[in-house]
Amino acid sequence: MTTDLRSHATEARHSRADGTAALLRELVAHLRKNRTQLREEWARRITESKLLTAMTREEIFAEATSVYDNYVEVLETGSVEALQAYARNLSERIIPRGVETHEVLGIVLLLRDVLARSLFKKYQADFGLLNSVLDAYEPAANRIANTVAVGFVQERERIIRQQQEAIRELSTPVLQVRDRLLILPIIGVIDSLRARQLTEQLLRGIRANRAKVVVVDITGVPSVDATVANHLVQTVDASRLMGANVIVTGLSSEIAQTLVTIGVDLSKINAVGDLQGGIEEAERMLGYAVMMPEPPPAEVKA
Amino acid sequence: MRVPILKQSQYVIASIQSALSDEELLQLRDDLARDVGRYRSRGVIIDVTVLDVMDSFAVRTLRAIAHMIRLRGAETVIVGIQPEVAFAMVQLGLTLEDITTALDLEEGLAFLDRQATAGARAVGMRAAGTRAPGARHVQ
Repeated sequence: MTTDLRSHATEARHSRADGTAALLRELVAHLRKNRTQLREEWARRITESKLLTAMTREEIFAEATSVYDNYVEVLETGSVEALQAYARNLSERIIPRGVETHEVLGIVLLLRDVLARSLFKKYQADFGLLNSVLDAYEPAANRIANTVAVGFVQERERIIRQQQEAIRELSTPVLQVRDRLLILPIIGVIDSLRARQLTEQLLRGIRANRAKVVVVDITGVPSVDATVANHLVQTVDASRLMGANVIVTGLSSEIAQTLVTIGVDLSKINAVGDLQGGIEEAERMLGYAVMMPEPPPAEVKA
Repeated sequence: MRVPILKQSQYVIASIQSALSDEELLQLRDDLARDVGRYRSRGVIIDVTVLDVMDSFAVRTLRAIAHMIRLRGAETVIVGIQPEVAFAMVQLGLTLEDITTALDLEEGLAFLDRQATAGARAVGMRAAGTRAPGARHVQ
């Protein structure tokens, strides 16, 4: 067998392109033949390196088999399309389980090492042949590692984009509760992008509803730092330029303490304890008086 | 182009029609200071609805106008600041702190009317069209 291969390889040196193709064919045959053993070796190395800890042994083995077969296919056909599709699919499945980029990259590189070792072992008798086998193998293997890693990162980025989109769409409604009175209940973390969006939305709402008073409720904001406080002050100022008064409600005692400690200038902010109080204050400013009708008649019991 | 200044009962209204150069802004300042005295006005409204940019010079001049008008015994309201302009001004730290602003001309007039009512009460006149009590506390 070895002599056969060697003559094969010697021939191949005459024409480089043909030679590479022939070597790859030979390589593929080798990988197919030792599929079980190499796969197991790979799965063992994965477990040993404590990669893919989020997955069970069986799952790792199943995925390893698929990756292995895809890997061999790329070596055989030179086309990475199927592998790309598989990498995307794999990423979709494993990203929600908390698999990290370094793990994916790690396992692909491990497979590359495992296969390279097996090639060393097979061709150790003939250094020249080993050299040309590696010449054929390495670019293909690198391309595969590249494809899988890029596929994974792209999938991650896609998910992040999707989530950002979702957060943006969840973003805050501007609600009219009475003529000329708006409320803006803010929920979740405020970053500068969101703060900007909030302010713009509010200003447009003020114009559209001809609002005089706005109640901004921050009960749902987990923490307030200097940046967020500044955004609040900016929102208040901008609303005032549009002729609307802002009442901020839902400042918890912790948040109040933080703000005092970091020394944010809140003198411009009109704060009221809770949303109810804020709306009552706003109604008072607008001249509304909420009254109970006649006391309800005492309930008649049968 | 000179900003047209309209007299409307006891108020004067400066209705800006296009973006203003620095000279035109200063011209507006001088015209308003003069007209407040000429018409014995109680209030001035500056309508900036058409402006889609307000630089620091414009803001400084508007503030100067408001201070001057106050010294001439009248109240100034700036109306019609667009959402984008308001946001940009705040980011630049131009917040017109001691100046009254209102959504539009109608709101500005309503504000000045309230002021006049409060003033009339303060000197013991009977105000036409009594406002909701507590709208403005008079010392």
